[in-house]
Amino acid sequence: MNAITQKRSFGAAQIILFLSVAILVVVVAVPVLLIFFNAFWVGGKFNLRDVLKIIGEPDTYQALVNSLIIATGTTLGSTVIGTFFAWLVTRTDLPYKRFMKSMFLVPFMLPSFIGALAWKMLLSPRAGFINRFFMVNFGLSAPVFNIYSYAGIILVEIMYLFPFVFIQVCGALERMDPTLEESARISGAGLFTITRKITIPLVMPSILSGALLIMLYSMAHFGTVAVLGIENGIFNIPTLIYQRIHQSAGSFASIRTGTVLATVLVVTAAFIIWLQGKILSKGHYQIIAGKSFRPMELKLRTLRVPLFIFCLAYIGFTIVLPTVVIFLVGGLKTYGLPFTWENLSLDNYKFILFDYKVTKDAIWNSVTLGLSAALVTMFAGVMISYVIVKMKVRGKGILEFLGMLPFSVPGSVIALGVILAWSGKFGINLYNTVWIILVAYIARYMAFSLRANSAALEQVHDSLVEAARACGATMWQALKDIVLPLVRPGMLAAFFLIFLPSLRELTVSIMLYAPTTRTIGVAIYTLNEDGETVVSAALAGIALILIVTGQSLVNYFTGKTGGAGGK
Amino acid sequence: MDIIRVEGIAKSYGKHRVHENLSLTIRQGECFTLLGPSGCGKTVLLRLIAGFEIPDGGKISIGGTVVSDPAGGIDISPDSRGLGVVFQDYAVWPHMTVFDNVAYPLKLAKVSRENLKERVMETISMVGMGGLEKRFPSELSGGQQQRVALARALVAKPSLMLLDEPLTNLDANLREEMRFEIKELQRKLNITVFYVTHDQEIALAISDRLAIMDEGGHIRQTGTPWEIFERPEDPFVFNFMGIANFLSVRKAGEDYLVGDGVQRMPWEKPEGDAPEWAAGFRPSDVRLAQNGEGLRGIVRRASFLGAMMDYLIEIDGASLRTSVETHEALTEKLMFQEGETCVVNFRNLLWFDAGSLTEVLKS
Repeated sequence: MNAITQKRSFGAAQIILFLSVAILVVVVAVPVLLIFFNAFWVGGKFNLRDVLKIIGEPDTYQALVNSLIIATGTTLGSTVIGTFFAWLVTRTDLPYKRFMKSMFLVPFMLPSFIGALAWKMLLSPRAGFINRFFMVNFGLSAPVFNIYSYAGIILVEIMYLFPFVFIQVCGALERMDPTLEESARISGAGLFTITRKITIPLVMPSILSGALLIMLYSMAHFGTVAVLGIENGIFNIPTLIYQRIHQSAGSFASIRTGTVLATVLVVTAAFIIWLQGKILSKGHYQIIAGKSFRPMELKLRTLRVPLFIFCLAYIGFTIVLPTVVIFLVGGLKTYGLPFTWENLSLDNYKFILFDYKVTKDAIWNSVTLGLSAALVTMFAGVMISYVIVKMKVRGKGILEFLGMLPFSVPGSVIALGVILAWSGKFGINLYNTVWIILVAYIARYMAFSLRANSAALEQVHDSLVEAARACGATMWQALKDIVLPLVRPGMLAAFFLIFLPSLRELTVSIMLYAPTTRTIGVAIYTLNEDGETVVSAALAGIALILIVTGQSLVNYFTGKTGGAGGK
Repeated sequence: MDIIRVEGIAKSYGKHRVHENLSLTIRQGECFTLLGPSGCGKTVLLRLIAGFEIPDGGKISIGGTVVSDPAGGIDISPDSRGLGVVFQDYAVWPHMTVFDNVAYPLKLAKVSRENLKERVMETISMVGMGGLEKRFPSELSGGQQQRVALARALVAKPSLMLLDEPLTNLDANLREEMRFEIKELQRKLNITVFYVTHDQEIALAISDRLAIMDEGGHIRQTGTPWEIFERPEDPFVFNFMGIANFLSVRKAGEDYLVGDGVQRMPWEKPEGDAPEWAAGFRPSDVRLAQNGEGLRGIVRRASFLGAMMDYLIEIDGASLRTSVETHEALTEKLMFQEGETCVVNFRNLLWFDAGSLTEVLKS
């Protein structure tokens, strides 16, 4: 032990570094680069004029405009609603605030395209339950509301996206030092002035960053527009990419249009993320500390009960009603029959779980894909995070950039890139197999894994590893005995951050599926398109149960072990 | 025999040069302390010896074997250097019990099961942690965690142990207690200790020899605690080892006059012919009197600190600080009021060329 043993170090560091770079380049960089390459490079030459021409085509141009309209509307609406509710549950004496807060976060769990399906059933111009109810009972000649419209799409997106602003603003309001407001009060400012001059400016960065997140998400959002827009010819960028690729079976022109649209999407997303970084770096953390305070509460007085009822009505209308409709329609014998006990049964649920091959396959595919993607991405993520957080190597900034790239690359773009990279052009053809979906999932969720694992690794102080090295452990032994056990919570978090969303994934899988490789999302969407509404609704119900159960289990366990963790 | 030999080491981080042509030897069986202000690069040197950092140039050998020599392409990894290392933040593994923490080096060395258990328990009780071996680090105090780290570094019986400010995070009482324990263990086990700290007291208390490093990463003086404290080679070392007064003295003909006045320095003359000098002495080297022979000064500030009286005295534009034990001040009539005149003599004094003083006064 005392003697110095002469042996060459095995080069563990080099191996890890090489693998990390290789994974990110193959999975993330190549697909994205191929998109740019295909968009700008025609016949071996850089060609900007063609790109502009494609953007100028009526369909493409309209899709860009639509994306912008929908994203703007959604962002404005969500910001107002999210900020208002956040203020209500943090700064007023609203009854049952805790319960309200958790209810407002429920839409995070629910896939918005399932919500869109529910609203289609409720508010489609002719068959929608609400529209029909009013037309039959009040003799209205026209529907009350047509969900197949910009307004319909925007409203549904708001319902599912406002929590992004809500949670950010809640956090900021809770962490804000109340002495800032109290000192204004002592100086003689009224509540209105305080809100306007102190509170809102302090919370503004959080509001803006939440709003930009929604903008980013809505620009690239596929599900709601696919369900509600295509009927009336409303396409946004992702749905147009899907439609072009899907209809033309991979012709050159459609791929080009797809790549150009994808490029626009990536550039917009990058701009939004850059803007968000600017706003967040403006130092609002100096004023809003990480500590929790007891903020002052506004007495709502006579408005207390009406606002409480308003919140309950909002939750009932946007969360309970669509969910109930999905489960009820899933129980109907045939779509269109009234909801009476004779017409309702569990037959559809039994059918899709045990007899119907399409849905059985879809559930199997989603679960296995989710598990494999989560496992692969978890392990790859921990390795790459290790290089980024712990290793002192040159060029790791590139790794960091590559790993976070998928955050700004929307799902449809990743799917398109994966098609370009893995359709035999480079010797490997995965098209029409589950493997191509797996590769796309890995690319899409890598950023989640890197985030969770980096956070966990930052908790593991360098000296813990060095102590092991000094005790005689090789690099590998130190990783196995010290680092891995300590980052296990982060790896577990990464696993579920990937597994649960992949169960409801639609955007990527819809571009990549083949008849036998449908996922749950694809099956729900295509069955609905084919008019199999009740089966589709039943599958959506099953998906909701899976997702909510899984999320609750994760919340329960992470809540329990949240306080633990390494030194 | 030298156990560690550092020869002409250079190390930079980017443009920041931490060490340049640094050499140091540590003898077998001694407790050697590297003492310097924070940020001077002493931890970097420890990490270079441990193998956590690779030098840009120079050579490091441990026990006669070259472990780092970039020019010769030699870089022995830390796990092969056979050292014990104790870190400032303890670095006790939070997911392992005390027993598992201490047993880890032996497990890696594939020590047989019974032998392992015996040695681990022996080491645990040696650091005074007997009975706590089943605890997890989160159930231990800082001092106990540091004992675990110590046991872990000792269990494999290394001949050389490196300690990086291991007591800094402990409270004052514990620090005092632990420093004697470390010294005790070092004597008992007859191991060589390389100890890095910025705390003069600890350094003086435990070292057989110590080296003083300045902000630039240069070693200013190496010697026994007594040599360092009483025979500092330059003002930096003198100043670093405790509160120091530097009284400015100028040469006027054959006389050495204090400040801008005409009082002669009551001490033997310095060797050398520089025009400006500084007389270095500690507060305790000053002998105060009501009157008699010596330098006349004015008390500018008198602070009562309980057991001590602290005075700031001005002598012709130069000032010095001294303190007198309160009961001595009472019996010897040395309770001065601000503005009163007093007489200053010296018990001990070192001459420094004023030119070498600028860097000390700056910091």
